[in-house]
Amino acid sequence: MSVKSGNPLCILKRHLHAACAATALLLGAGNLAEAADLNALIWCDHSDPALLQPFEEANNVKVNVKEFEGTGAGLAIVEQSQPGDWDVMVIDSIDVPRGVEKGLFEPLPEDKLPFADLFPQVKMDGSTVVGGKRYGITEKFGYNTIGFNKTKVDPADMQSLASLTSDKYKGKVAIYDYYLPVIGMAALAIGKKTAELTEADLPALKDELLKMKANAKLVGEVTASQTALATGEVDILVGGGEWVTAGLAKENPALDFSIPKEGAVLWSQSLAMFKDSKNKDMALKFIQYIMSPEGQARLATSSCYWGMPANTKAALTDDQKKVLRFDEQPGFLARAQAYPAPNADLDKKMQDMWTEMLQAK
Amino acid sequence: MNSAGNNSVPRAGSALPWALVTPALGWTLLFFVLPFIAMGFSSLTAHEGGGFTLSNYSQFFTNPSYWQAMVNSLEVTAIVTVVSVLLAYPFAWILAEQVPERWQRLALMLAVLPFWTSYVVRSYSWLLVLAQNGVINRALTGSGLITEPLQLANTRLAAATGFVHFFVMLLTLTIFANLKQLSPSYRKAAADLGAGPVRTFLHVILPLTLPGIMVGAFLTFVLCIGDYITPQILGGNNELLMPQLVMMQIGRRGDFPLASALSIILMAVVTVAYLACARWLKIERA
Repeated sequence: MSVKSGNPLCILKRHLHAACAATALLLGAGNLAEAADLNALIWCDHSDPALLQPFEEANNVKVNVKEFEGTGAGLAIVEQSQPGDWDVMVIDSIDVPRGVEKGLFEPLPEDKLPFADLFPQVKMDGSTVVGGKRYGITEKFGYNTIGFNKTKVDPADMQSLASLTSDKYKGKVAIYDYYLPVIGMAALAIGKKTAELTEADLPALKDELLKMKANAKLVGEVTASQTALATGEVDILVGGGEWVTAGLAKENPALDFSIPKEGAVLWSQSLAMFKDSKNKDMALKFIQYIMSPEGQARLATSSCYWGMPANTKAALTDDQKKVLRFDEQPGFLARAQAYPAPNADLDKKMQDMWTEMLQAK
Repeated sequence: MNSAGNNSVPRAGSALPWALVTPALGWTLLFFVLPFIAMGFSSLTAHEGGGFTLSNYSQFFTNPSYWQAMVNSLEVTAIVTVVSVLLAYPFAWILAEQVPERWQRLALMLAVLPFWTSYVVRSYSWLLVLAQNGVINRALTGSGLITEPLQLANTRLAAATGFVHFFVMLLTLTIFANLKQLSPSYRKAAADLGAGPVRTFLHVILPLTLPGIMVGAFLTFVLCIGDYITPQILGGNNELLMPQLVMMQIGRRGDFPLASALSIILMAVVTVAYLACARWLKIERA
């Protein structure tokens, strides 16, 4: 025995056994922890502790979040995971059918969620209801429109999309780098309905985009475009809206947004539950919390970006409502048009058109 | 006994190198070869409906915007590599030749100090320096040299500046190491043969430090052409480079097959660059 234990190979073997045992214990503990956890695929606004903590404390659960940008990236994460790894997902409302087609989502119990309290225009039944079953609930929305610094531009000019391509603001414009909403704005500028765009509209849309690019100083993703507007690098953000200006209102009250006479593009994000979730009761509780007046207020004013709560009863303060222009929503919604929801082929063509616009000198 | 011992030694000797090399081979297989094969398969698959296709590759050659991304990448990388070498060489030379030995370690540490900060933070810092209200424009307008601020941020110049800042440090290290390895006797021999300082540098020092320059330049090329962060933050998306084009395919559409094909094309360009450098420097003989 002593000879064996003195053999380096045996020592190594013993250490390996100990390591294996420790690993097994850790994995076991991990599995136990997993059973009490909720795993959420989210956008950055859901990672705010001010939003998650009250739910975690009330339900004695840990919400593990993974942020992603873009539905394609989110669905890729799901495909690379084991069934049951994820419980809930935040997704562009127009992309709910993509998840349903892949067989990922569980129908939501309408009677247990506050659908009656939602702004009617943001229920997005065309996307969130598939085959007569509801798979997503809109939790937050807003507008891709014109964000601007009202001390640097004439607010009256911001009531028309034509200002975006006028020489008056050449070099003062940034474009939000997401092709669907900005193509939607280009459609509004040329008098097309965003829900009726076809391949035949692409040449005219491209011309409009190129005119916008010619006036623009940069085309930036969320942080870059927000920073450009906030620091005065540009005075106008094409595709901006309350999601850019509201969160910065305290530091920079000069930032504002308009819904021009041609209209704006309505964006909305939904919550969906995974069919293979091992924790469906908790997943539903989470969705109920997010859709509750308290959860809605916290989500609407998340540190990552602000946006309108889908629930009309969101417990926002008067100041928060003022910044979000809560009381003006009926008028805004009446003038807003749907987010473009192209089929896969048109989507590809739109993205290629966007690439062409970015490469234009 | 001897015979048995002699027989066992060669077996142990032949197994040991393999045992030592196995972890590295396993690592490479697991984290490079297999993912590369997977990416290759993905690049030959149709995004919609699956099935074999070459269209992901043909798109690159037929879509001018995609092709332009490669041209932009090569132009930016070439500019960055050349400028970085031109700035790093004198810097490394001063460090190696002019700074007293006892201060060299400190000077080198100061030279690479920016490496200690996050790459993303460094890029955003440049944005603040180059912005319309940034340090440079304020200095220029404040001194009366210009009346209107220049557009420095969100341009190719900004992206190149961010890159050069990073790669000058990297090249300085490789060239400095090369310079320090040179024996002083080379200079003495050149002087004995009547060569002045300029001639000694051009005909002795520079050719001998060329391997260091080329290694650094190759690293600069590889890291620069594959970088997403710097052009994304500093370039303002006023033109697309290849990594940005690759990322664009993934974001909303999740078109991994096209992203894979573009990545493999980018990798092929890097391989060509490597082969060109390796052949020129005869690295394989070193």
